[in-house]
Amino acid sequence: MSLALEQSPLQTEEQQALAQLASAWTDQQRLWASGFLAGMAAAAQPAATPRAFVQPVATVLYGSQTGNGQAIAEQLAAEAAERGFGVAVKSMADYAPARLKQEKVLFLVISTHGEGDPPDDAEELWEFLGSERAPRLPDLRYAVLALGDSSYANFCQTGRDFDRRLAALGATELRPRIECDVDYRKPAGEWQRQMLDIGASLAPTAPDASPRPLLRAVPAAPRYSREQPFAAELLANQKITGRDSTKDVRHLELSLTGAGIEYQPGDSIAVVPRNPPATVGALIEATGLDPEREVEVDGERRSLAGALSEARELTRLSPPFLRAYADLGGIAKLSEMLDDPEMLRRYLEGHEVADVVAAYPFSIGAQDLIDTLRPLAARSYSIASSPLAHPDEVHLTVAVVRHGTQRPRFGAASNHLAALKAGDRADVYLDSNPRFRLPDDPAAPIIMIGPGTGVAPYRAFLQQREAEGATGRNWLLFGDRHFDRDFLYQIEWLRYRKSGLLTRLDVAFSRDQADKLYVQHRLREHGAEVYRWLNDGAYLYVCGDAKAMAPDVHRTLIDIAASEGGLSQDQAKEFIQELRRERRYQRDVY
Amino acid sequence: MTDFSEVERIKAESRLLRGTLAASLADAATGAIAEDDTQISKFHGIYQQDDRDLRAERRRQKLEPAYRFMIRARMPAGICTPAQWLALDALANTYANGTLRVTTRQAFQFHGVIKRDLKPTIGAINEALLSTLAACGDVNRNVMAPPVSALASIREQTAAAAAALADHLSPRTGAYHEIWLGGDKLASSEAESEPVYGATYLPRKFKIAFAIPPLNDVDVHAQDLGFIAIVEDRELIGYNVTAGGGMGMSHGLAETYPRLADTLGFITPEQVIPVAEAVVTTQRDHGDRTERKHARLKYTIDEHGLDWFLAEIQRRAGVELAPAHEVAFSQRGDPHGWLEDERGAWHYTLFVENGRLADRGEARQLSGMRAIAQVHEGEFRLTANQNVVIAGVSADARAGIDALLSEYGMIRPATPLRLNSLACVGLPTCGLALAESERYLPELIDRLDKLLADSGLDDEPIVIRMTGCPNGCARPYVAEIGLVGKAEGSYNLFLGGGFDGRRLNRLYAENVDDQGIVDALAPLLADYAARREADERFGDFVVRAGHVAAVAEGPQVQQRQQN
Ligand code: SRM
Ligand SMILES: Cc1cc2nc3c(=O)[nH]c(=O)nc-3n(C[C@H](O)[C@H](O)[C@H](O)COP(=O)(O)OP(=O)(O)OC[C@H]3O[C@@H](n4cnc5c(N)ncnc54)[C@H](O)[C@@H]3O)c2cc1C
Ligand SMILES: Cc1cc2nc3c(=O)[nH]c(=O)nc-3n(C[C@H](O)[C@H](O)[C@H](O)COP(=O)(O)O)c2cc1C
Ligand code: SF4
Repeated sequence: MSLALEQSPLQTEEQQALAQLASAWTDQQRLWASGFLAGMAAAAQPAATPRAFVQPVATVLYGSQTGNGQAIAEQLAAEAAERGFGVAVKSMADYAPARLKQEKVLFLVISTHGEGDPPDDAEELWEFLGSERAPRLPDLRYAVLALGDSSYANFCQTGRDFDRRLAALGATELRPRIECDVDYRKPAGEWQRQMLDIGASLAPTAPDASPRPLLRAVPAAPRYSREQPFAAELLANQKITGRDSTKDVRHLELSLTGAGIEYQPGDSIAVVPRNPPATVGALIEATGLDPEREVEVDGERRSLAGALSEARELTRLSPPFLRAYADLGGIAKLSEMLDDPEMLRRYLEGHEVADVVAAYPFSIGAQDLIDTLRPLAARSYSIASSPLAHPDEVHLTVAVVRHGTQRPRFGAASNHLAALKAGDRADVYLDSNPRFRLPDDPAAPIIMIGPGTGVAPYRAFLQQREAEGATGRNWLLFGDRHFDRDFLYQIEWLRYRKSGLLTRLDVAFSRDQADKLYVQHRLREHGAEVYRWLNDGAYLYVCGDAKAMAPDVHRTLIDIAASEGGLSQDQAKEFIQELRRERRYQRDVY
Repeated sequence: MTDFSEVERIKAESRLLRGTLAASLADAATGAIAEDDTQISKFHGIYQQDDRDLRAERRRQKLEPAYRFMIRARMPAGICTPAQWLALDALANTYANGTLRVTTRQAFQFHGVIKRDLKPTIGAINEALLSTLAACGDVNRNVMAPPVSALASIREQTAAAAAALADHLSPRTGAYHEIWLGGDKLASSEAESEPVYGATYLPRKFKIAFAIPPLNDVDVHAQDLGFIAIVEDRELIGYNVTAGGGMGMSHGLAETYPRLADTLGFITPEQVIPVAEAVVTTQRDHGDRTERKHARLKYTIDEHGLDWFLAEIQRRAGVELAPAHEVAFSQRGDPHGWLEDERGAWHYTLFVENGRLADRGEARQLSGMRAIAQVHEGEFRLTANQNVVIAGVSADARAGIDALLSEYGMIRPATPLRLNSLACVGLPTCGLALAESERYLPELIDRLDKLLADSGLDDEPIVIRMTGCPNGCARPYVAEIGLVGKAEGSYNLFLGGGFDGRRLNRLYAENVDDQGIVDALAPLLADYAARREADERFGDFVVRAGHVAAVAEGPQVQQRQQN
């Protein structure tokens, strides 16, 4: 959008600053700001000079995958404007690394994803900072808000990495880094407060710097949440892997009637799990505690068994729990392990709380046990249906997690869901994902890469495009173990191919032949075609496994750009980065 | 042209049986082939099927049906060498469902082959110097000829004639080689042609059999074209030619009916090929291409009349048919066990229930035949009764074969009723099955055996045949007791067929279940035991006793009538 500048009273640089500032805003923020400025003008006394528009005093850069960080950053900007000074908000993906040299004050909001990896939109900046090309930054002052989840081995890794790297390049820390766990609202609000004060103190025309209570210091809480979930009725629970499959994948249909939850294809549903009775039983047995024993949990009193099945994390081990447990029991072996990242990673995978208690027993009290355990977190599931095709419903595609040899171990949410029968209810809320969206242009081609349950959102995409009569070409790449038993939603894809909605359908089944075959191999095989689609403006989506698949696919895409486009490795990387910036390369990986 | 059947269009557009098979095989997203290709593949000996036991379950799982392919390997006169046997046996275990199926036309069938294994399987069959080309489809099918006869020389000559005829009527298209054997594409399909068939082949399947009286094991009167060997003092002087036989019909559809072949006359051995070609081209030019249910030769003959047909044949072949010789058939069942021919060679006919060679507990006929194939020096011959002949065993090799037969528990005690039974494949593979057949007849016979024992008829051979639908793959309308599937667990019962296969049976009871079948047969068998004349056959008895009226012509088969 270009503003009509002719009759503008502003200096060009002021205009640019305004445009730049506004460009980082959401429409809602722009509307709010125009009203805000108009209000300021109206309220202006003839004596007092109206507080005209001011240069941004800082740049807020966010690296955000699922939108939490973005919301916090944009919130910060809005509050700054309310307090009468400007900050420029940008996604790291839209930020030219070369500009770092000119930056004076940088506020960073950055989350961690994958296995301690940067979110997609932060990758390029992170690469740049790590490379030799990264300039010294003696004049830069910065502060970091790190978002994370302590149930992962590398808690807030990316935030820590940015912090360390900026310091190494000579930049000075304005405030100590703040790390947020799953419930980030309080610490994030505190950080925003700190940044606003800093901003105010830097503003040229000393604005009213009196710390006013922040109206919306954190993103407005959604209608439903972990604390107040919606009890959705289960309409259907169908196993969609064949009888000989080693996997149990369920197609679930939940009713949202009456919830007023509005979602878009690409969003996920968060499910509040219950721990499997067997898991709870195993822990109680290992501790030898009385299940009926009353404990205090999240401010209410209830039985130990009840608290363990509904309020505490038992199936996912996390470093904080291990630490607390080790300290409480004075268990040296555990403390050693906590200091050895490799050992820790290996132990976290495949073990659960009951294993720890059984392996390192001491007489722990019921209340102590509850206090050392982490709160039971919700699990997200990509919505596999379109609101246009199935109003008031969400469909999920859930792989039931069962592992362990000597004693079977069950994933909490997937088994909770798998055990539900039609008519039962599941506690859910919307986990929206603005970073995984169909193109606005219905004519734009899309390439959907989604092996395993990663295919779920594409069912929503195609239903949506069919319902909207979108004309864009659609290409699906799916993969799994065996063609005859693991081809999720096979008849639906074939129907779409027959009807012409699905332009291409390519599959890779890893265990149907001697050597393993994966989606990235198919991608490579059809590299020329992929490249042609991309040059035709195709949007590319990757959903599913974050450990192996997503990185392999990413490398393959770079190869394709290089070989098909005759580009150097760096140019190829840039080609893919550019796709990201244009939001034509979106990932939802877990 | 306009009202030609869909299949005719597909054939015409197929570029001599290519269709889009190559693309269908390459499509990894489905286990099926393109719809039109399912018609074309038949000419290549391949039927698309799906495991019907799993259909409903897989629909709920949002998975396509469990597509599997049936592959038919044809072998004129049912003859194969031990080496070929071992090759087919290996395939049964690598790509198919671990069984070998001997068919009612002396051929082999593999079941349960998945799409991506089709090429290797077909390749291996051809490496073994066997073929699947024209095992199905609107062409001449496997040519049958007796696997055993007291007169070895006659059997040899009929088998040789069958092979020569099969060869003469085999399609010439390069498509088969091109698609399955990696043969290079012919520049253009103009380069090839189908001298006998033409680009659209026949209106329908076409079947030929040779018979050597007094044995009618091949059911020569159920064939489109038959050659009945005429032997005078141990010399083959020629053949009676029969035409217009066929079994297929549809329940309650009067214009479809089984039909026994008419005898046209007598020809000399060297006239077999010209006469056969004349019959084939007559059917090619005059058969009904608009309605497949009405396209077999039997209907062509009934439409135009036998005289016209005979004249047309003689004109096309340039052969005058001589008056037919008298022939007498005494039985259709195989001579089970050891039989010595006039040259002193031995032949063992192994009873294979419903033709299914498998390992089931103690009874390990599949492994047993493998063991025998590893030592046997003669050949193997499949019979039209779904059995296997271990042929050409020298007197001193017999003991070795006997030892293996017992070691693998290949010989189970069976009553004459069971030995004379046939069941088609039916569920779960056959796409046309309305009811169980191969999986059910053995139990039914257990029950009927008891009935027979009660009436002291234990060692009466009675020809009983079951099919899962009215298509008649086990030739049920020429059985003394015919059971034809109507729906799951429900059959139509036909009675009064001639023991020698020269009289069709007639509908006796409709929609009877397991108990209903037993209840219907119990009084008849009791009556048979009480009032039968000396060696009167059950089929003849029920007619004489008035339980069913004799059938003079096909259309009566579906009309219930007693007298
Ligand atoms: C395997 C076999 C039965 C057996 O248990 O041995 C068989 C099996 C099938 N027959 Fe048959 N027919 C078999 C001999 C017969 C015979 C007996 C004969 O040829 O002496 C007949 C009756 C004679 C005749 O042709 O009239 C026979 C009449 C049919 C028909 C009805 C034809 C008609 O004129 O109406 C069909 C259906 C069709 O062609 O539309 C059919 C179709 C079929 C199919 C291919 C079903 C289909 O079209 O999808 C069956 C495959 C089942 C499976 O899963 O294997 N089959 N079929 C026999 C294979 C013979 C061979 O090696 O070539
Ligand atoms: C945005 C997003 C979208 C998602 N979409 C989907 C979706 O559409 N479908 C879907 O099925 N999942 C999806 N997931 C994953 C889902 O959220 C859960 O993580 C998953 O279902 C496991 O949760 P659970 O409670 O059943 O298992 P948990 O109780 O979390 O137990 C998992 C534990 O089991 C261990 N474990 C798992 N497998 C093994 C194994 N083979 N060997 C050893 N240990 C193992 C893990 O280490 C982990 O500690 C998504 C995740 C995200 C973040
Ligand atoms: C698939 C996935 C992987 C994650 N991996 C990590 C991790 O390794 N370490 C961590 O501290 N947090 C991890 N998290 C938690 C996120 O950082 C946390 O949810 C954060 O609030 C997301 O912020 P954002 O929406 O701005 O990206 C992960 C989250 C997801 C969905
Ligand atoms: S008779 Fe019917 S059911 Fe039996 S094999 Fe033939 S077509 Fe199938």
